[in-house]
Amino acid sequence: MKTPLLSVKNLTIDYIGDNKDFRAVDDVSFDVAPGEVFGLAGESGCGKSTIAFAVSRLHKPPALIRRESKILLNGRDVLDLAPRELAAFRWREVAMVFQSAMNSLNPVLRIEDQFYDVLTTHTAMTKAKARERAADMLRLVDISPDRLRDYPHQFSGGMRQRIVIAICLALDPKLVIMDEPTTALDVVVQREILQRINDLRRTFGFSVLFITHDLGLMVQFCDRIGIMLAGRLVEENAAEAIFRTPSHDYTKKLWSSFPSLHGGALL
Amino acid sequence: MNQAILVLDGVTKTFGHGPSTVHAARSVSFSLHAGRALALVGESGSGKTTCARMAMREYQPTGGRILYKGKPLAGATSSDIADYRRAVQMIFQDPFASLNPAHTVAYHLTRPLKLHRPEIEGAAIHGAIHDLLRQVQLDPDIVTGKYPHELSGGQRQRVNIARALAIRPEVIVADEPTSMLDVSVRLGILNLLNEMKQQMNLALLYITHDIATARYIAEDIAVMYAGQVVEWGPTERVIENPIHPYTRLLLSAVPDPQIRFDDPRAHLRSEEVEDIRRGSGVPQNEALEYETGHYARRLAMEPG
Repeated sequence: MKTPLLSVKNLTIDYIGDNKDFRAVDDVSFDVAPGEVFGLAGESGCGKSTIAFAVSRLHKPPALIRRESKILLNGRDVLDLAPRELAAFRWREVAMVFQSAMNSLNPVLRIEDQFYDVLTTHTAMTKAKARERAADMLRLVDISPDRLRDYPHQFSGGMRQRIVIAICLALDPKLVIMDEPTTALDVVVQREILQRINDLRRTFGFSVLFITHDLGLMVQFCDRIGIMLAGRLVEENAAEAIFRTPSHDYTKKLWSSFPSLHGGALL
Repeated sequence: MNQAILVLDGVTKTFGHGPSTVHAARSVSFSLHAGRALALVGESGSGKTTCARMAMREYQPTGGRILYKGKPLAGATSSDIADYRRAVQMIFQDPFASLNPAHTVAYHLTRPLKLHRPEIEGAAIHGAIHDLLRQVQLDPDIVTGKYPHELSGGQRQRVNIARALAIRPEVIVADEPTSMLDVSVRLGILNLLNEMKQQMNLALLYITHDIATARYIAEDIAVMYAGQVVEWGPTERVIENPIHPYTRLLLSAVPDPQIRFDDPRAHLRSEEVEDIRRGSGVPQNEALEYETGHYARRLAMEPG
């Protein structure tokens, strides 16, 4: 494998409680290559979102990352970044799309102002340049640039999700973390969005850390997949292998509970 | 087939007025039969929840009739309405919001028993609660005294089902009962609803945007788009032999681990998708029967 872009080593995260601590992530290690889509699958509570938050340093107490953990992005440990470095690191190097991302747009600001906010904070772009960039980004996600002056409520849920993705990609991040990015959307919109992200990563070469509990979707989209169970990474393999030859019992169980369109009807 | 318990006959619902009128349901017709399930499938905003709310009498239809056991609901006496309220129960999408956080599981099941089944008194209530919990495959000794926050999403949804069953309903309206649950517990809930339907001879209206789950539970399916039912018939036939372009689009977008995104077969062309959306959004009164009981509307405007 090429030199990894992201290298998570022995990541252990506890939620500190009054009486006892809860180990949410237990000694997890994985690598993500440049341009690769790596998936983390598992049930709610298995620690997959906790990992996503840790990678972008968005975790808050009572979450505590244990000392032996390392999160290396291009060889630099994310956990050692000073606040100023961290501000430069977020969005520029790692951008994140949340599950309810379509609700993370500011309802009282026009779309173009939300682009400016990100672009002018992180670069010395002029307003005209920023507007151009915003228009380009919207075109990438199939939204007409003349809607830049519109407010979030004037867009559908799927469009808002695409706008958030466009803002995420505006600074050419190396890694995009997507935590259940399409769970709230219907299947047609979900397919359109993920297909577009797949095309974009082929064009721009960013990596994606993709989190979902929908294994079928994950196999379609990801290059490699890690299966998580109760904070541990129990199986890690190429997407094809996770689907055709799952080795861990838990992976097999996840597959058997996956509703499919053909075969095995219960009626 | 036996007489339908609940029939929506050409039901229409509009919101707003003048140029900003929204047609949430356009002349929707379907019927629910004892021991059978109908899946109402469509994207968000297609009108499926509006139909559920009209069946629950939460919305008054703007036009059309709702018939309960052959009698129209409009103009029914208040005792008929009370009877209807007992007979038709709902299971909600969000298992976290639909139970009162300040009360135990026992309380949630005692209320419907006391209100709707006064024949169960005193110590018998305790026994009835245990029976209900056992029916939904929860251990009564463990669960009865617990509060909602002590239960997982799947367990909470089972409590919701038990609460609906407590009243001995004839019709259950389940609005996306599994969409907020983990994939790993989804099938468990669907199997449970399926068993309940068979054992208690319930009529089930299953609302979902996930057409793949519909075939696990529903004999019949109706696909909605923009307030109109565009295709309906036996579930297996509609999935095997979809006629309407929107149904085909919906089926082709279901995640399929066999086909990766880089595979050209997986590729949805956005212009085509837009054409199908635009075409399907135009009201079309005419429907053709393609096979026995399998109907589809023609596109008012052919795509491309």
